[in-house]
Amino acid sequence: MSEKTYKPGNYPDLPPPPGTVGVYGWIRQNLFSSISNSLLTIISVVLLYYLIDGIIGWFFLDAVFDADSKIACRKIDDGACWAVITRRVGQFVYGFYPEAERWRIDITFLTMFVAFAPLLYPDIPKRKWLLYFSVFYPFFAFVLIMGGYFGLQKIEYSLFGGFMLTVILGVCGIVCSLPLGILLALGRQSNLTVVRTLSVCFIEFMRGVPLITLLFVASSMLNYFLPPGTNFSILVRVIIMFTFFSAAYIAEVIRGGIQAIPKGQYEAADALGMNYWQKTRFITLPQALKISIPGIVNTFIGLYKDTTLVVVIGLLDPLGIGRAALADTKWNGLSTETYLFVALFFFVSCFAMSRYSLWLENKLNTDQK
Amino acid sequence: MVTNKNKSSTPVIQIKEMHKWFANFHVLKNISLGVNQGERIVICGPSGSGKSTLIRCINRLEVHQQGDIIVNNVELTGDLKNLEAIRSDVGMVFQSFNLFPHLTVLENCTLAPIWVKKLPKKDSEELAMELLTRVKIPEQALKYPGQLSGGQQQRVAIARSLCMQPKIMLFDEPTSALDPEMIKEVLDTMIELAETGMTMLVVTHEMGFAKKVADSVIFMDEGEIIEQNDPKNFFNNPKNDRTKLFLSQILNH
Repeated sequence: MSEKTYKPGNYPDLPPPPGTVGVYGWIRQNLFSSISNSLLTIISVVLLYYLIDGIIGWFFLDAVFDADSKIACRKIDDGACWAVITRRVGQFVYGFYPEAERWRIDITFLTMFVAFAPLLYPDIPKRKWLLYFSVFYPFFAFVLIMGGYFGLQKIEYSLFGGFMLTVILGVCGIVCSLPLGILLALGRQSNLTVVRTLSVCFIEFMRGVPLITLLFVASSMLNYFLPPGTNFSILVRVIIMFTFFSAAYIAEVIRGGIQAIPKGQYEAADALGMNYWQKTRFITLPQALKISIPGIVNTFIGLYKDTTLVVVIGLLDPLGIGRAALADTKWNGLSTETYLFVALFFFVSCFAMSRYSLWLENKLNTDQK
Repeated sequence: MVTNKNKSSTPVIQIKEMHKWFANFHVLKNISLGVNQGERIVICGPSGSGKSTLIRCINRLEVHQQGDIIVNNVELTGDLKNLEAIRSDVGMVFQSFNLFPHLTVLENCTLAPIWVKKLPKKDSEELAMELLTRVKIPEQALKYPGQLSGGQQQRVAIARSLCMQPKIMLFDEPTSALDPEMIKEVLDTMIELAETGMTMLVVTHEMGFAKKVADSVIFMDEGEIIEQNDPKNFFNNPKNDRTKLFLSQILNH
């Protein structure tokens, strides 16, 4: 190609050289940039082929989805025996909640998405009306799940279990610990010595003690510390402990966010005559929370997975239900299938939280919109 | 130099024998200064001379330890009521703009009028648009600060301060963080503001601006006011040796 000459100031924008952009460019730069890289790519593709072949076979093609026992499974095919799940799926989801009343859990769970939608997606249409529902939802959910009002049969909390228990503990813990964490983070930064000292003590104590210890305290000792006559159910006590525990972590994450805000932001707010609460609401928190999103969601995911620890105080979370299933002589030895299923449930929930946090970070990124 | 028709003899800022320390370091020494309504004062001096600290004391971003500062007949003390009254009367523009990055340009301008002055949202938006037009960027109202150039951001910061309808404007090196080609647009905005009769205290090294609009130029060094004079005498016949040295350093390069 012959080099053309242009007058100064008239050089046009030329397209990039061929093979550097587009699909072809990407493949060349990322997969086949050198001889060793090309070899690695080919070996990886071959390995992936055999691995995926085996995985799909075990999971789906050779798997048995319905049978009466493990032995019956093995007679049909030699892949996974998902019958242990399909035969007991009700217990995995609802625990020992009475079968005739399970619709109450279904409704509570489905309406939860309606209640969360306006909080998670600020641009949703009719947000104001949905927010009224969000405020009303906790009472609605409580009455529907526990019963005892409006002719609904009262259900003992000891019958709760499975994924339903995980979601109740996780969602209550998450929803309560965020505001408490924010207050603790502000308290720790406060100029009032008493508030600051109390916040520091609370945070350091909660972070310094293993969660299992707190759960044992909740199950056996909390009633000694409460005024006589009060008697919370074990479920409420466990939720309080989860809330306190993760609030302490969230407080520290948010404190990091607050400290990352440049001093000039406060000076500008001061110069405009804003008082402490106006500064906190409009300047500090929006910026600090945005910075802290990855850390907050990290803590939430940790809390959600830690709900499985309630098995040590006798509540039947999905792992507890799984162990009960494995103890059944019919299903003895199917721990791989059982634990994979439980793991899949946790993965889906946690992955959803993680994707939401990425979406939110992107949405709040005002630098390069 | 233009003569200032708006200057009156009503004092709006009176500083009497004011001292300030940063821990043991004596940053401001025996400062006395009176500013009348409509007066434009430029403060210059080498870095570390205390000029920024001085104007930051006027809206109590810095706390002085001795002497009096009286703004609009209200004395600056620890009293929060007084402080809020003074701060909504005194606007401030910073070297690093300090716009709120999570709010749009318009929201930056309306936040304080709505919540501090309790102005209805619609009125404060109208006022904000009017002032954004005055600083010549109404079309950027819905963008975020991060999408604007430095000069545009500083003009937004000026509009944001003006939205509180202050009686006094403080400028803390407003052009020091800007590229040369953007300095002019900010200075032009400030010159227009001066023509409306605003009382202004400007810390700057832009001596052209001082010659053009200042009623009085102050030279500070090591925490003291060394010399104060009208621009003509200040630049042509500086009396103090340190002023002469400073002027020779910044004017002949």
